[in-house]
Amino acid sequence: MNDNAKIPHIRSVETRHLEERETLFRGLSNLDRRSFLKVSTGAAAAALAAGASNHFHSFLPVNVAYAAEGGGGVQGQGFTFAYISDSHLYVKKTNERFVRQLLRAVDDINKLDPQPDFVFYGGDLAQLGRKEELDLGAQILKSIKAPVHMMVGEHDWYFDMGQRWNELFGAQTYSFDHKGVHFVVLMSVQEKDFWSARGMSPAERMHTVAGLDNAVQSAFEVGAAQREWLRKDLDKVPKSTPLIVFSHSPLYKLYRPWNFWTDDAEDVQALLQRFDRVTVLHGHTHQVLTNRIGNIQFHGMLSTAWPWPYAPQGLPALTVQMNRPNPFDSNDGLGDGTVSVHPDGLVDKLYSLWNRNPMQVKASYLSSGGKSDVPVAPTLASY
Amino acid sequence: MNNSSFLALIVLASTLAAQADSQSSAPQASPATPAAGSKTVKLCDNKTTVQVPNDAPKTRAEGQKISDALMAQWKATNPDTKWVKEEVEAHQVVTPADNSKLVGTGQSSTYGTVTQQDVQVWKNETYKTAVYGSKVFHSGDELGSEIAVSCDMCHPRAANTHPESYPKFQPQLGRVALLRDMINWCIEHPVRGKVLAPDDPKMRALEAYIIAQRKGVPLDYGKR
Repeated sequence: MNDNAKIPHIRSVETRHLEERETLFRGLSNLDRRSFLKVSTGAAAAALAAGASNHFHSFLPVNVAYAAEGGGGVQGQGFTFAYISDSHLYVKKTNERFVRQLLRAVDDINKLDPQPDFVFYGGDLAQLGRKEELDLGAQILKSIKAPVHMMVGEHDWYFDMGQRWNELFGAQTYSFDHKGVHFVVLMSVQEKDFWSARGMSPAERMHTVAGLDNAVQSAFEVGAAQREWLRKDLDKVPKSTPLIVFSHSPLYKLYRPWNFWTDDAEDVQALLQRFDRVTVLHGHTHQVLTNRIGNIQFHGMLSTAWPWPYAPQGLPALTVQMNRPNPFDSNDGLGDGTVSVHPDGLVDKLYSLWNRNPMQVKASYLSSGGKSDVPVAPTLASY
Repeated sequence: MNNSSFLALIVLASTLAAQADSQSSAPQASPATPAAGSKTVKLCDNKTTVQVPNDAPKTRAEGQKISDALMAQWKATNPDTKWVKEEVEAHQVVTPADNSKLVGTGQSSTYGTVTQQDVQVWKNETYKTAVYGSKVFHSGDELGSEIAVSCDMCHPRAANTHPESYPKFQPQLGRVALLRDMINWCIEHPVRGKVLAPDDPKMRALEAYIIAQRKGVPLDYGKR
């Protein structure tokens, strides 16, 4: 009897992982709808055969050319844009780690093939709003090959109240159209004056806002003036036009003690609800975060600096948490990502977590109220 | 260190007369020689002094005036005394257990029953330790960070520090870790500061703060 015949051919987890990856990328190189289906089924079968269902999602292609399904106003086959957010740069002399991490994200984005139509920066480029920090950030972002659109965060703002940021990047509130989608960028981190009465210096004011759990500061809001601007801006846009809104803070109320919150969120949502397809992308929360209110779909963005834990209360039911970051891996829980805009104007959001499998949150997951295309839940949720 | 906000030895008027002679001859105790017809009264810090006329009436009210004058001086030269109030205003710290139901019962010190003051002292001192921990937790400078990073950047309000799960086997360290081992690991690596000795007042305060913030969560050592 041959004992060897009884020994199964064992391939390590790494080998199987690499094989799946190989298979997928070979297929992707000449992707059309038919081969996509083949590849994805193949990868799924391989993963399921290996009994590792959580590998299934890791190799779903990022951006697929969907057959146009009517409706929407997106030109052609849809498009992709990438994002980087929350880099919290100090000057190099103080902290090089955050600088290196932003550089890693820039490399990630520049390596994307095909290149995204543009890159969106989600705010908090600087940590303490200093000119040197913003200048360094601007310099690094210049090496991005695709065009860059900027959004401001509270860390960029509260030292000189946006002066340097405006000099470098222009207005903090604006809108633009791209391939049939109307994009709006808001400054959602306005705070009521808490500093004058306390006689705070600009540095003290900035330091207070920079503390996520600092209760001396006020709640974030878009504010009446900007809401009025938004109302006027949207007046000329037909309701069938897909709308994508960027805000630094989530445009809903999640957890006030950390300003995972926009105080006038309901008023802003009211202006967006009349549109058929609305997506809001926000920074600030440094985590995978998913929500739907009415027909508005919300997605968070990853940070390149540090991950935040999930708030102890108020987490939206649709959020599938990212894995609890490993403190021994200084890049865990961080990353960047891409957003695939379907021809119908809704988006699939890809969280490209560094050193981990990516997580994709599809429009169909949100549209179905969490019934289909459920992202794979992590092994280690927050405590 | 800031644990001295309740510095409060009150010099009673009734002791003044008895001490008058030794006070006036105390070496470099008072910066100015007492004016004729008055004596020097010192605070327990051995530095702060006031001059009291010899003929001041020896009443409780007069004694209170003297101690108020001393404390006012001390506060003026120690502007950081409001650190507890300021820290709590900025960063919410969970308050310790309420023991007031023990007032009037049992034995506290050797013979007396538990008093309101006992309960207050227990609470103040315990809370103050946790609040000092909050101050360290939220300050890269206090932590000695070389890269301006503090604990709250990843753990707002000490979230996801899960003190209830220690001790546990930490595979990344290859051994069982206590909460303080993880605190020190974070100080050394993400924060890039110097590790603290286990009995360092900052380490004790950090442990106090982190545990305070998880009040009410059942212990579950070893939990991953």
